[in-house]
Amino acid sequence: MNKCFHSVTLDVSKCVGCTNCLKRCPTEAIRIREKRAYIIDSRCIDCGECIRVCEHHAKVATTNPLATINRYPYKIALPAPAIYGQFKDLNSVAFIPEALRMMGFDQVCEVAHGADLVSCAIMERMKQPDCPRPLISSSCPAVVRLIQTRFPELIDNIVDIKSPMEVAAIEARRKFCEEHHVAPEDVGCFFLTPCAAKMTAIRNPLGHEKSAVSGAISFLEIYGLLSGLLRKHAVNPDLAHFQATGFGVNWARTGGEALAIGVNEALAVDGIDNVIRVLEEIENNRLPEVRYFEGLACLGGCVGGPLTFENMFIARNRIRLLQQMLPKTRPEKRVRNEDLDLLRPELYFEQPLTSMENSRLDEDFKTAMDKLARIEKIQKQLPGLDCGSCGSPSCQALAEDIVQGFATELNCIHLLKERLSTMAAQMVEMAEATRE
Amino acid sequence: MSAAIHERYPVEKGAFETAGEVSGKIKRILRKLGVASPVIRRVSVASYEVELNLVIHSLGGYIEIDIAPDAITLIVQDRGPGIPNLDLAMQEGWSTAPDEVRMLGFGAGMGLPNMKRNADEFDIQSEVGVGTRIYMKFYAAG
Repeated sequence: MNKCFHSVTLDVSKCVGCTNCLKRCPTEAIRIREKRAYIIDSRCIDCGECIRVCEHHAKVATTNPLATINRYPYKIALPAPAIYGQFKDLNSVAFIPEALRMMGFDQVCEVAHGADLVSCAIMERMKQPDCPRPLISSSCPAVVRLIQTRFPELIDNIVDIKSPMEVAAIEARRKFCEEHHVAPEDVGCFFLTPCAAKMTAIRNPLGHEKSAVSGAISFLEIYGLLSGLLRKHAVNPDLAHFQATGFGVNWARTGGEALAIGVNEALAVDGIDNVIRVLEEIENNRLPEVRYFEGLACLGGCVGGPLTFENMFIARNRIRLLQQMLPKTRPEKRVRNEDLDLLRPELYFEQPLTSMENSRLDEDFKTAMDKLARIEKIQKQLPGLDCGSCGSPSCQALAEDIVQGFATELNCIHLLKERLSTMAAQMVEMAEATRE
Repeated sequence: MSAAIHERYPVEKGAFETAGEVSGKIKRILRKLGVASPVIRRVSVASYEVELNLVIHSLGGYIEIDIAPDAITLIVQDRGPGIPNLDLAMQEGWSTAPDEVRMLGFGAGMGLPNMKRNADEFDIQSEVGVGTRIYMKFYAAG
C-alpha cells in the first residue's frame, strides 16, 4: 500500500507558478518554489479545490482510463449517484445502467444502492447505546482525511462503516461470482467518480487494508460516450429493476444522506471551508444537539465534485427531480435483512482510523516553543499582506517555512525591496564619501 | 529565564464579531507545539467559554496564557461587574444572560461549570464592583 499516494497531482508542463491554487488550498498544502507548485503530501486531503481553481489546468486528478476495464474478463460499473445529474433531458435514472452496459460493462451496481445498504447500517449503529455523538459520516474521503489530519479528537466519532462505493463493490462482486460461477479476481469493479478523493480512497483505503474497487474512472472520461448513447435514444430504461431508492440517489446532494438516515438532529454541511468551521464547533462541544454530521468537501455535495461536467446547481436540481420520480420507499423497507447480513463480515472498518496530525513544529516541546517564538518574531517583520508572492500562502505560513528551513526572508518581495533600497542608499552614500 | 510562552489577549465587552478568536488562536498555538489533542480540546472548550463570558457578562478584560512543558495555565481577569453569588453561578443551568444573548444560542448556564469540568485546577474569585478572576490549569500529560 502506498501511504503517499494522492490522486491530485501537478502537470509540471502546464504550471506557470501563479498563486491561484496556493491561496485557495484549505489545508495550506501548496507552495510555489522555482516557478512551479509543490503539493505537500502529508497535508493534502485530495479535496480537489486546486483542480477547480487552476486556470492552466495544471492540477489534475489521476484516475483510470476507460480502457483499464479490459484488464478484467468481467467488468462491473459502479456509478456514483451524482452521475444522474450530469445529462440534459435524462428523464429517468434507469437510462444510466442500460447505457453503461452498452459501453462494455457486464453488470452495473448502483452506488446509490450501496448508499441504501450503508443507510441501514448507520441507522442500526445509531440505535446502539454507545453510539458517539455526533456520529460523523465516513462517506466523503476528503472530510475523513481532514479529520485525521486536523481534528484527531473527532476520529472516534466517524462511523465505522465502509462507504457506499466499497459496499456496492463488495456486494456486486459476490453476486456476480455466484450467478456466473467465476473467480472474484476475474471481476473488475470500477467506480465512476465525480472526485479525486475517491481514487485516493481506493489506493489508500480508509479503515481497511484493501479496497474492493479495482479502479476509478472520472465522469469527464466517459461523459462524451455516455451522453452520445443517451442522446441517440438507443437505450431502453428498465425502471422496474433499478436497484436503488430515491433516498440512495439523493446521497449525491448535500443533506441526502441525513434524509436517508432519517434523524431530525442531523446537520449537513458542504464546502470544505464550511466543514472545517463546523468541525471546530463540534470539537469545542458546542453542538451537543447534533446526532449525525454529514460533511461534504464539495459545495452542493458530490454533484459539485471537481470531475463533474455539469454545473453543480443544475445537476443538484436534476437529482432532486429524478429522485422524486422514484417510489418513496425508505432504504430500510427496500434493503432485505438477509442481504445486509451477508455483507456484515465486510461491512465495517477492519482497522481503526489513525491520527495523521501534521501541524506540530517539532517533536521536542522546547524546540517547538523556540520555533514558535522565532515565527512570531519573523512574522512581525513581514508586511502582513498575505499576497502569496513568496510562494507561501500567507505571511504566517512564510514565517513558519523560514523557521523550518524551507524558505528565507528574502523570498518576501516586500522585504527584498526594502533591502534593495537600503543597499542603494548605502551605495549612494559610499559613492559620495569616496568622491572627495 | 524559562522557555515558557506567555501571552495576554484583551477581550472587550459585546465584541461578538471577534468572539472566539482568542480561543481559536490559543488552540492553533497548542497544536503547533504538539500538545496532546485531548488536552488541546479541554483548553479550547474552557477558553472559548471564558472568552464568551467576557464578551457577554463582563465590562471587558483579558485572557492570559502561560505555556510550560508540563502545564498550560489560563488566567482571566475582568474589570467588573463581579458575580454577587458565586455558589449560584457555579450551578449548572444558572444564567443571567439577557434574552438577546440567549437568542444567539448562549446563556445556557453551562459556562462556569464547563470550565471547571475541563480544567485540572480551577479557582474563581469575584468582587462586585471590582471584577472577577478565574484561574485554570491543565496538566500537559493528562
